[in-house]
Amino acid sequence: MEAVKSAMPLYAIAVSLLAVVLIGISGKKPNLREFWTIAAGVLKFTIVASMLPLILEGNVIEYSLVSILPGLDIAFKVDALGMFFALTASFLWIVTSFYSIGYVRSLNEHAQTRYFMFFAVALSATIGVAFSANMFTTFVFYEMITFCTFPLVAHKGTTEALKGARRYLTYLLGTSVAFQLFAIFLTYNAAGTLDFTQHGILAGQGSDALLIAIFVLFMAGIAKAAVMPFHSWLPAAMVAPTPVSALLHAVAVVKTGVFVVLKVVLYIFGVNLLSELGVGTVLAYVASFTIIVASIIALRQDNLKRRLAYSTISQLSYVILGVALLTLSGITGSIMHIVLHAFAKITLFFTAGAIYVAAHKTRVSELDGIGKQMPFTMAAFTVGAFSMIGIPPFGGFLSKWYIGIGAIEAGQLPIIAVIVASTILNAAYFLPIVYAAFFKELPAGEKAKRREAPSLMVIPLTITAIVTLALFIWPSVFLELARMAVAGAM
Amino acid sequence: MNIAEHLPILVIVIPLMSAVIIPVAGRVNSIYSWYIAVAVTLSSFLVSLSLLNTVMDTGRISYWLGNWEPPWGIEYSIDYLNAYVLVVVSFIFFIVSLYARKSVEKEIDSSKITAFYSIFMLFVTGLMGIVITGDIFNLYVFIEIASLAGYALIAVGKKRNALMASYNYLILGTIAATFIVLGIGYLYMVTGTLNMIDLRDKLPMVYESKVVLTAFAFFTVGLSLKLALFPLHAWLPNAYTYAPSVVSAIMAATATKVGAYALLRVMFTVFKLEFDLQVVPVTKILIALALVAIVAGSVIAIAQTNIRRMLAYSSVGQIGYIVLGAALVNQSSITGSLLHILNHGLMKGSLFLVVGAVIYKTGVEDISGLRGMGKKMPFSMAAFTIAGLSMIGVPLTVGFVSKWYLALGALSADMWFIIPIILASSLLTAVYFWRIIEGIYFAEPVGAYPAAVAGYGKRKSGPKGSKPPKSKNSNENNGSFLKDDAPLGLIMPTLVLAALCIVFGVGAFIPVSVAEQAARMLLGGV
Repeated sequence: MEAVKSAMPLYAIAVSLLAVVLIGISGKKPNLREFWTIAAGVLKFTIVASMLPLILEGNVIEYSLVSILPGLDIAFKVDALGMFFALTASFLWIVTSFYSIGYVRSLNEHAQTRYFMFFAVALSATIGVAFSANMFTTFVFYEMITFCTFPLVAHKGTTEALKGARRYLTYLLGTSVAFQLFAIFLTYNAAGTLDFTQHGILAGQGSDALLIAIFVLFMAGIAKAAVMPFHSWLPAAMVAPTPVSALLHAVAVVKTGVFVVLKVVLYIFGVNLLSELGVGTVLAYVASFTIIVASIIALRQDNLKRRLAYSTISQLSYVILGVALLTLSGITGSIMHIVLHAFAKITLFFTAGAIYVAAHKTRVSELDGIGKQMPFTMAAFTVGAFSMIGIPPFGGFLSKWYIGIGAIEAGQLPIIAVIVASTILNAAYFLPIVYAAFFKELPAGEKAKRREAPSLMVIPLTITAIVTLALFIWPSVFLELARMAVAGAM
Repeated sequence: MNIAEHLPILVIVIPLMSAVIIPVAGRVNSIYSWYIAVAVTLSSFLVSLSLLNTVMDTGRISYWLGNWEPPWGIEYSIDYLNAYVLVVVSFIFFIVSLYARKSVEKEIDSSKITAFYSIFMLFVTGLMGIVITGDIFNLYVFIEIASLAGYALIAVGKKRNALMASYNYLILGTIAATFIVLGIGYLYMVTGTLNMIDLRDKLPMVYESKVVLTAFAFFTVGLSLKLALFPLHAWLPNAYTYAPSVVSAIMAATATKVGAYALLRVMFTVFKLEFDLQVVPVTKILIALALVAIVAGSVIAIAQTNIRRMLAYSSVGQIGYIVLGAALVNQSSITGSLLHILNHGLMKGSLFLVVGAVIYKTGVEDISGLRGMGKKMPFSMAAFTIAGLSMIGVPLTVGFVSKWYLALGALSADMWFIIPIILASSLLTAVYFWRIIEGIYFAEPVGAYPAAVAGYGKRKSGPKGSKPPKSKNSNENNGSFLKDDAPLGLIMPTLVLAALCIVFGVGAFIPVSVAEQAARMLLGGV
């Protein structure tokens, strides 16, 4: 493995920050403004993708921006895991940008400039997390995401939106300051560094009690992963416009959460240390609890976005579960689930937004026969739903398979039961929607006339649905990156 | 003789002389008094920088007043600690002076403006003197100068309540000064010297004596009153609330910091480490009080509706941080404490200046007065947001740097339980700042202002102009560059302080390099 010095990761982060300025000054010309968003998205993805060959050859790219204090550096390191996350997020930003344009223009949303500006900041911060070389840099970008998504969640500006956004901020900021920062202090005090290192930095740096305390603080402090009991911000954040829910609360924000958990497990503690401490199993069962309970709650949600939100909570814990097993297959499955869930869930959120824009429907009970009016949208929904359930040939099957194998490797057979139960629950809350959409009659008074959302929305959701399928058939790049990340850590 | 050798005394002489010159110049035109104040504070800042530079190059500077050799004569002794504090304090004086012109015109009777600047210069003299002197009686003299000037500055505003606030401060301030002078008297009684370094050498022989213990108690209580350490903070909220905006900004950003400096000096220069740690349990008491201050200040701040009072209680909490760092007595914690002297000065100075600008434009002091201001005063509100985030301790701002060092200091002292308290206070701070920041950008502005300016509140009217969310389209708003923001004279200094919250948050190594030296010096002898 070779470390290549290059400022490319910085450019990947900075390009959308530059776009923020351009978006801001062209606020009065919507087309030019949207051009900047798209241009930044494409450029960002290009920059990220251009680093891919080097990473696949087994190199890492490093860049140190500034040293704030001894031990506190803003530094970047692109490795297989970070590349994995950055590729997913930056690709989905392009798709979401098109979708956003269709969405906000159809609904004639207010404050569109602000909306696109903060979206761009959020993406910068997400790539920042992906490419962080140490826990401090991660923390900086983690907090940046929290703050810059607040205006997006509170976008509507109504009392209800502000209430939801406040809950969002309270949970994310509260836990990250009270627990994560505390854990960072303790880690730095024990290890004298915060750098992400191949086999962790904490081994042998303190008593077991201290290390377990640090681990618990980290897990409690990363509320973006929405593990119970720190999950209730996610349904509350559903007051956001749907593209925000789609990208941020299916990909950027929540995946940042599980990604940071992965980083902490693999590069702060290290698999070996966690196995010795025996806390992986505990985490696995906490995650299992979340998987099951969130699915049960999802069953009872009539609001489509809320049902998706609880589904997200449940699915995020798959990632946590996989990594908590601390086995080769488990972690591979966990990493794969980041991308597989991202594409499937963003498709589902996109369809929810398309239904809202075209038919002004938000509730599951209103969706009878909607497949006749919006066949493309609902076809995409079906793909997303099947992937969530984990039916081959949809992407979601892969990660569940790996996590299942991981559970066997770890000798945790009850976990298999959890996966099976959750699959049944997933089917129970998604299939009725698919059934109702295609096989039930439309409510009286509605015609079975085609009325899809604008093509700026339908095309993106079709693309993400196709990718969900394609990822099952050709997972090679992502699987390779996941294998490299795991191989390095084991 | 070289002028450079006399720089230490210039720090005092320039503002002192200007306090005399300003009334004369002000008779010609009151605006001259402002020019002089700006020139004086700028020169104080430059001289302080030069002193810091000299200290960094050649070590401690000892200046003998009238060439009388210490310990008989008065010595001005400048090391890393006071050079650093001098630079911080004089810089804030300079920035606030720049800001003062418009704000003072609005908030102070035109007949009193000249007098205001004259007293302001006396206040500068006093605070700079406290910091620079190496003689403990001289320290008392400067404390009195600064205090008397401070009472007048608070009272000079148009509000009647200011008189009450000033009177309260006068009573408590006088008690504090009495305590301090008693402490000095006792020390002189047992050692026969007033020079701090001389005291440091002579006191250990009599550490156990009741007189010295009493003196130390007097110092601690007196200085705690001066720096408004909870529960001796009673004078502060009213003073900050009713004083003119400029005065609140100066007091919050400098006066209490200088009080903290004096406490550090007494604890670590006049007395030695072993006295603080072994002879009296002062550090334990101070830690306890500081922690109570940190939590109580934040909690009470949440309950406030007047924004200046909220900032005042916030200061009470932040002073707790400074004292906490000093009382933990280790390299990281004292570095954190010293950093917070700078950092809190920048943050709180900036916040008070923004509030001053809002009062200038609208006359409103209530928290609700900031509602919807994001699009009317975008620059001021940007400064408020940055400083507010910094108060919360968001990384890449100065607030984070202070907390980082204090937390490491707490861990070095094996007091990990302090960290949850620091973090909890950060979250409480987030409660009362985020409430305002959210209001600034997401709430509708309140209706009529007492001091509404012509053209204020004009809004691009559209077909949906009455629909609330429409008007949040701040970027689609037509208008001049400054929109309805305060004049440049108010905005620029505010933005400078806010920008420094980020500059020193990212480039933390700049102040840290000096603060670390100062902390090492305090811990390791002279």
